[in-house]
Amino acid sequence: MADMKTNRHILLHAVLVCFTVLALYPVFWVLALSFSGQQSVGLIDLPNDPSFFERFRAILPVPAHWSVSNFTEVWTEQSFGRWLWNSVIISLMTTVLGVFLACTAAYAFSRFRFPGRDTGMLMFLVSQMFPGTLMLIPLFIIIVKQLELGNTYIGLVIVYATTAIPFCVWMLKGYFDTIPYDIEESAIIDGASRLTIFWRIILPLAKPAIAITALFSFMTAWNEFILASVFMESEANYTAPVGLRFFVGGFSSQWGYFAAGSVIVSLPVVVLFLQLQKYLISGLTAGSVK
Amino acid sequence: MASILFEGLGKNYGETEVIKNLSFSVNDGEFMVFVGPSGCGKSTVLRMIAGLETISAGQLSIGDRVVNDVHPKDRDIAMVFQSYALYPHMNVYDNIAFGLKIRKLPEDDIRQRVKAAAELLGLDQLLERKPKALSGGQRQRVALGRAIVRNPSVFLFDEPLSNLDAELRVQMRAEISKLQRRLNTTTVYVTHDQVEAMTMGHRIAVMRPISGHNPLDTNLMQCGTPMDLYDRPDNIFVAHFIGTPNMNILPAMLSDDGTSIHLFDGQMPVSDEFRQAALAMRGRKVMLGIRPEHIGAAHEVDWPLTQTVQGKVEMLEPLGHEAILHFKVADHILVGRLHSHGRLPAIGDTVSMQLKCDAMHLFDPVTEQRLR
Ligand SMILES: Nc1ncnc2c1ncn2[C@@H]1O[C@H](COP(=O)(O)OP(=O)(O)O)[C@@H](O)[C@H]1O
Ligand SMILES: [Mg+2]
Repeated sequence: MADMKTNRHILLHAVLVCFTVLALYPVFWVLALSFSGQQSVGLIDLPNDPSFFERFRAILPVPAHWSVSNFTEVWTEQSFGRWLWNSVIISLMTTVLGVFLACTAAYAFSRFRFPGRDTGMLMFLVSQMFPGTLMLIPLFIIIVKQLELGNTYIGLVIVYATTAIPFCVWMLKGYFDTIPYDIEESAIIDGASRLTIFWRIILPLAKPAIAITALFSFMTAWNEFILASVFMESEANYTAPVGLRFFVGGFSSQWGYFAAGSVIVSLPVVVLFLQLQKYLISGLTAGSVK
Repeated sequence: MASILFEGLGKNYGETEVIKNLSFSVNDGEFMVFVGPSGCGKSTVLRMIAGLETISAGQLSIGDRVVNDVHPKDRDIAMVFQSYALYPHMNVYDNIAFGLKIRKLPEDDIRQRVKAAAELLGLDQLLERKPKALSGGQRQRVALGRAIVRNPSVFLFDEPLSNLDAELRVQMRAEISKLQRRLNTTTVYVTHDQVEAMTMGHRIAVMRPISGHNPLDTNLMQCGTPMDLYDRPDNIFVAHFIGTPNMNILPAMLSDDGTSIHLFDGQMPVSDEFRQAALAMRGRKVMLGIRPEHIGAAHEVDWPLTQTVQGKVEMLEPLGHEAILHFKVADHILVGRLHSHGRLPAIGDTVSMQLKCDAMHLFDPVTEQRLR
């Protein structure tokens, strides 16, 4: 009995390890490339007639020589810093705008009964069913042709915020619904206005859900490539993902810079996730929160 | 300090009438209890006083001011909710101080008032705690603290004890009563528990859901002191609702001369109180009410005027100091009371019990009103 149990455990772990390795392999490869100091996509040059050991060595994600030159050069010799800065500004503005609008909208959807309430929530849901690229042409016409906000921060921020808001509203409304209305009535009798209740009671109570929506808004803007590449024409206005693509475009294949850039771009996201972890867990179990 | 005056108060949600024709008053400094079965509209009335529900009809005054259109924050009331509705992200101090901060009292004043309220309620050691870290009874006290710290002219309570266990409920019942007597603040207290109503209220208003479309129909069945309601219930609803075990209500017939009542096979004289009314109703059917404590075993009671009924024991509930006896006479189950510690009858035994004649209540079978 005990033996079978151990065997099953070993088997289970073996399978899990396999999948983990599979999932992490590309990540390790990018890490290795970024620290390799070279620009080719492979890490090792194979001789003409490689032995088994040499082949195996070639697929291990370990650079031939360790070097941070890719990082320093991406930072100093390329415009990557500028692009990263663009991304930071755009993502933060998206987060602030998205979270603010989502909070106020979700509060109204959760607490007030008004004509178009159900339709409104449904429209938000429907908008989530279409892939972003489908919206590319209409968005281009609205933002670039009509509003003439092409090649500006504001243009992209508006687009990103609109993309992120439907999910955020649903998320926040669900959370606001779990906050007992008694608490608000009690505050009304205590003399608080709607605005005071919103700022001093509802928002502090909804911190976990707000953390999630903030993270989601930020990531929407931070990772987005297609819209940014269409809207941002001048090189100085590229966001980090668009800039990364620049390294391995038609005329260049600077995979080392690409890898180093990718690592830099993913760092803030990793840090954010770690910081917001406790909120993420409680936010995702929203509803059981009392 | 303020009295509360209801004049033809009504509330409907769309087509549904919930409150109708409510007219009475709560005196200054009085502890008034609204009691009635679940769904009869007690909370709705309370929330109308608080200003959390709009008023569909009639007029509501607090003090000498009509408040129909006054915002809750300007009504000078404080309310304790069934769920306590504490602010979960604030500690006890901030929970109690919130209303004062909103009203922009000076910081020193706030600190003093919170301290005084906390001491009064035995919360002074808990001021830094969040509601999550408090027991049910402590949360209840914080909710009380939040109400008394503002020194309002009216307290409103909506079933504040129903989330507590039985022992704590008895304790808090006494504490709230004591607090109210001490502060002398006009109080409206909602409960479905008639024991709470009897023990806490100066006066009790018994309510029930409105039944018909009769324009004179109202939720208020009777309003009076606990002993009024107990000794002289205005109608069958109140008679049945107040008192445990419930009053026995039996169909009976007045004799042709209106001086005695046929009940089962026997006759009993009409008590002095109903002599006039019985004369007017002579020869007609009436409903006779008699409380279980007025039905006893012959060797245990010493009542001057009694009538004997015989029945079969259906159920016995021994409580130690007494036993509640359910026995069947004809097609009716009667509930009586035995004092004896000695031999109790067994289920199925035939018992002979005495009814105390001068303790009867008579009601009109159609209107269900007390005969007078
Ligand atoms: N928002 C509402 N819409 C429709 N009916 C309601 C609403 N609120 C309460 N009611 C009805 O009003 C009646 C009285 O409710 P309530 O005052 O809460 O009763 P109680 O507190 O005595 O149990 C109930 O029958 C309830 O269904
Ligand atoms: Mg209620």
